[in-house]
Amino acid sequence: MKLYLKIWRQSDAASEGKLVDYELDNVIPHMSFLEMMDTLNEQLILKGDRPVEFDHDCREGICGQCGMMINGQAHGPIANLTTCQLHMREFKDGDTIYVEPFRAVAFPIKRDLRVDRSAFDRIIMAGGFVSVNTGQAPEANGIPITHEQAESAFDSAACIGCGACVATCKNSSAALFTSAKISHLAKLPQGKMESRKRVLSMVKQMDDENFGHCSNTEACEVECPQQISVLNIARMNWEYSLSSVLKK
Amino acid sequence: MDNKNGASTLMRKTLMALTGLFLCFFLVIHLLGNLQLLLPAEQAKQSFNGYSQLLSGNIFIKIISYVLYASIIIHCLDALVITLKNNKTAGKYVVDNRGKASKWYSRNMGILGTLILIFLVFHFKDFWYQYKFGSLPKDENGHKDLYAIVIAAYQDWWYVLFYVLSMFALGYHLLHGFYSAARSLGLYHPKYVSWVRVFGTGYSYIITIGFAIIPVYIYLTQHVLWN
Repeated sequence: MKLYLKIWRQSDAASEGKLVDYELDNVIPHMSFLEMMDTLNEQLILKGDRPVEFDHDCREGICGQCGMMINGQAHGPIANLTTCQLHMREFKDGDTIYVEPFRAVAFPIKRDLRVDRSAFDRIIMAGGFVSVNTGQAPEANGIPITHEQAESAFDSAACIGCGACVATCKNSSAALFTSAKISHLAKLPQGKMESRKRVLSMVKQMDDENFGHCSNTEACEVECPQQISVLNIARMNWEYSLSSVLKK
Repeated sequence: MDNKNGASTLMRKTLMALTGLFLCFFLVIHLLGNLQLLLPAEQAKQSFNGYSQLLSGNIFIKIISYVLYASIIIHCLDALVITLKNNKTAGKYVVDNRGKASKWYSRNMGILGTLILIFLVFHFKDFWYQYKFGSLPKDENGHKDLYAIVIAAYQDWWYVLFYVLSMFALGYHLLHGFYSAARSLGLYHPKYVSWVRVFGTGYSYIITIGFAIIPVYIYLTQHVLWN
């Protein structure tokens, strides 16, 4: 297949960026989107141009590194998928594809399609952990929890922090990410003990990082590669109100 | 986001939800009162004017009305603050197809709300202001004849159309607003979330159709049939 690409090029955070046109021949439908980008970069390097920079790591859909806005949709046209798991068979010969970085004021562009998502790390640092040292792995049945509890907590913990929720939100809200991290710990006895303090400090950090309000449009759940439920956001809201009222 | 005023994004949304739900509750009472206008003309006049008189003389209703005015103002101002802040945080794309992942009305609550606010200005001017400060004729029971004002208002087809279109703006606003409020207040149990969604949809349909049908009914029975 032949593709016409319009890719966002920007040399650093301070400079202006723009969409640059590229033509790419011999794209194989079985290629992943990232392999297509690799093929383009190979050509650019051979020509002596600077390759298009983008984040990627595992290419198995589990690390959350690869994030791109493809034709104006987070991770491309298929719902609940990472960019590395998107294949060129989803496009037609002769298609024009727009590729932009994930955009949010809280995610400044570093170069081309690479954005700085360390705001997420700082939200986790604000309280997304259990603060006691647990030492060696404890006896598995020491703290009894039900299978349903474990599954539910794991559903929330499955968030890979890719940032598609923020990228697809009209307000660039990080409610889905933050709430998934808050819920996964609140659902387990080890995490529950600190949940009051945790929700207040993580939400404060989320606000300080310049993420927007959640409008409950639920677009984040549609684009989330891990199908993290928006009900996590409801749980965060509940925990937050309760913690604010009961705060000493 | 500057947090100097102490309000977090979640608190602002909680305030939107609380004021919004109070307005939802008010709409039910308002609709129940207005349904009297669907009675046969003479009976509707007696009933509606008597009801208006009853409400205006009641101290409890007076207190509720101040809560209502406060809710409208707070709901609007909070929405303005939220929208302005969101505009500052939102990323802008050259090519944007994000709309495929959500409903149009859930993304345009501000525009729908503004339409409702414009409607409210006319609505307050034509009825609320007239009743409170205008010089209304009295009906045979000595009650202010608000019924006559209502009938007179709905004699123009464009006014009826303006009302009906405004009710559709309200309907879409409620369709997102009702369950969104439950979400913001923290309802996370999956069973009750789906109940609230069904209830909210039914509620939005009833409110929209209920309010929209009244001007249309009056126009058809008291204008078209007479002329």
